[in-house]
Amino acid sequence: MTAFPLPLTELLGHYGSYMIYLLVGLAFGATLETAGFGNSKKLAAQFYFKDLTVFKVMFTAIIVACVLIFLSSAVGLLDYNLVWVPPTYLWPGIVGGLIMGAGFIVGGFCPGTSLVAMATGKIDGVFFVLGVLTGIFLFGETVGSFAVFFESSFMGRFTLPELFGVSYGTVVVGVVVIALLMFWGAEAIEARVGGPTAQKAPRLAVPAAAGLVILALAVMLVGQPDSADRWKMIEAEQVAMLDERAVQIEPAELLDVIHNVQIKAVLLDVRDERHYNQFHVHGARRLPADDVVSTARELMFEPANTVFITMGNDETAATEAWKVLKAESVPNVYILDGGVNNWIKTYSDEAFVEERLIRGHDNDQPAYMFDAAIGSRHPAAEPNPHAFEIEFEPKVKLELKRAPTSGGCG
Amino acid sequence: MSDHSRAKPYMNPYLAGTLLGIVLFLAFFITGTGLGASGGLNRLLVFFQNLFVPEHIDHVPYLLKMAGGNTNPLDSWIVYLTVGTVAGGFISGLFGRRVKIETNKGPQIGNKTRWMMAFLGGILMGYGARLARGCTSGQALSGGAVLSVGSWAFMFAVFAGAYALAYFFRRYWN
Repeated sequence: MTAFPLPLTELLGHYGSYMIYLLVGLAFGATLETAGFGNSKKLAAQFYFKDLTVFKVMFTAIIVACVLIFLSSAVGLLDYNLVWVPPTYLWPGIVGGLIMGAGFIVGGFCPGTSLVAMATGKIDGVFFVLGVLTGIFLFGETVGSFAVFFESSFMGRFTLPELFGVSYGTVVVGVVVIALLMFWGAEAIEARVGGPTAQKAPRLAVPAAAGLVILALAVMLVGQPDSADRWKMIEAEQVAMLDERAVQIEPAELLDVIHNVQIKAVLLDVRDERHYNQFHVHGARRLPADDVVSTARELMFEPANTVFITMGNDETAATEAWKVLKAESVPNVYILDGGVNNWIKTYSDEAFVEERLIRGHDNDQPAYMFDAAIGSRHPAAEPNPHAFEIEFEPKVKLELKRAPTSGGCG
Repeated sequence: MSDHSRAKPYMNPYLAGTLLGIVLFLAFFITGTGLGASGGLNRLLVFFQNLFVPEHIDHVPYLLKMAGGNTNPLDSWIVYLTVGTVAGGFISGLFGRRVKIETNKGPQIGNKTRWMMAFLGGILMGYGARLARGCTSGQALSGGAVLSVGSWAFMFAVFAGAYALAYFFRRYWN
């Protein structure tokens, strides 16, 4: 499987991993300062078209990082599914952005640059940081009164390629080309408004820009790995797990997991709607085969103590869904051993099992007959864990979560 | 710029941008989380709130997430990132001989006006950053690079807001 991002807590321990963030912060602060972002006059000049440094630095950083991220993802080095993509809350984001724009022109900094200004002795930076702390304080005190707006227009992990319905590579190329054209425009504006003091572009500018375009085109040509490609990267080790039956949990263990207050069990029923309506385990949600990839994105946001269990009539369809979820890097996914058929057999009374058995049923088809669609109103749908003390071989092991639950401004 | 006579000039913006882009990429590549700044300040603030008015924290859901019960608001990666940012800025400033107690402002206003405006701007910035769930670093830079729709909308909103008001503040900065 792709090695990056690294499971830092596993490798370095809780506090050890923080040292990496400290180092990243050092590099971040140093680049901001050396770009001149500790100086409010330089930052504000952006908005009078005198000095477009803010724009140039920001967009150069975005396109360089963007190309490198999607290039490493394309060649299988970086798992994009484990990268934090700020979830979209459209209107709170836009209104917050407008307020910040006002704050920028009034105060002359943004939070990151004010830290650097403060560190280099700029008194206006110190006042700005104090203001930011006050603003954050006021937000914490008032957010309760507009909680509905704050949580509104939530679109989850939503990316530009999904919005435009094109490939990631296409958007990467587009962003790079647009940014380069805008740099060219920015130079022209600066030369006119800023006069002779404007800095000249270094000689390397054109080859560097060409290099970036070539890399972006490479991203487009190679393409991002789809679910099938991602499965191939992990196939060898995961098929071994399936063969050892290390991920097929018995009904008794599932019942135990459902009633374990420290674990959140998410039951994913992959059977078709008819079978689901006839009988399903209490709390199971239906997961059609076509929706597995899109659902995987959503499952990533579940808390770290979540265990996912796929279940079919037998195991075939459930195993397929399991493979896709594994390929999409969803943590803690298991398969119900013997599927819903085995569950019914385990938790129904003998008379029912005898009477309703469909002899010689096909693989992955229901083994028991139901006269009506009773869903989860059957006694076996929600068995009393105290009435069934069945021994099982425990297989569920909670992995440390690698999928991102926070990022950006944490 | 006589007051900067000893200071080394700033780096070429494209070069600085490329370096920043590499730092941003490494942040994603190694940690998966990108960069941020306002989140660290937020937790620092909540730490002090928790010190003086812990019972208040327990009544505000937004604060509860960071400091409820035994949760230490400083026990978060973003706090370390923020500490690193301040230290990194200082070190770079030392090497560039740009560490200097001073106030940067437009020529037509006094220091006190500038300080007051910086404080006011900071309030707006802090408030907006929390509303938008991230600042220029966490949303615009990090979210922009991983192509989040919300982050790009946010970025345009920041520039739009600043440009819309720039005219009214022209005497203040120029």
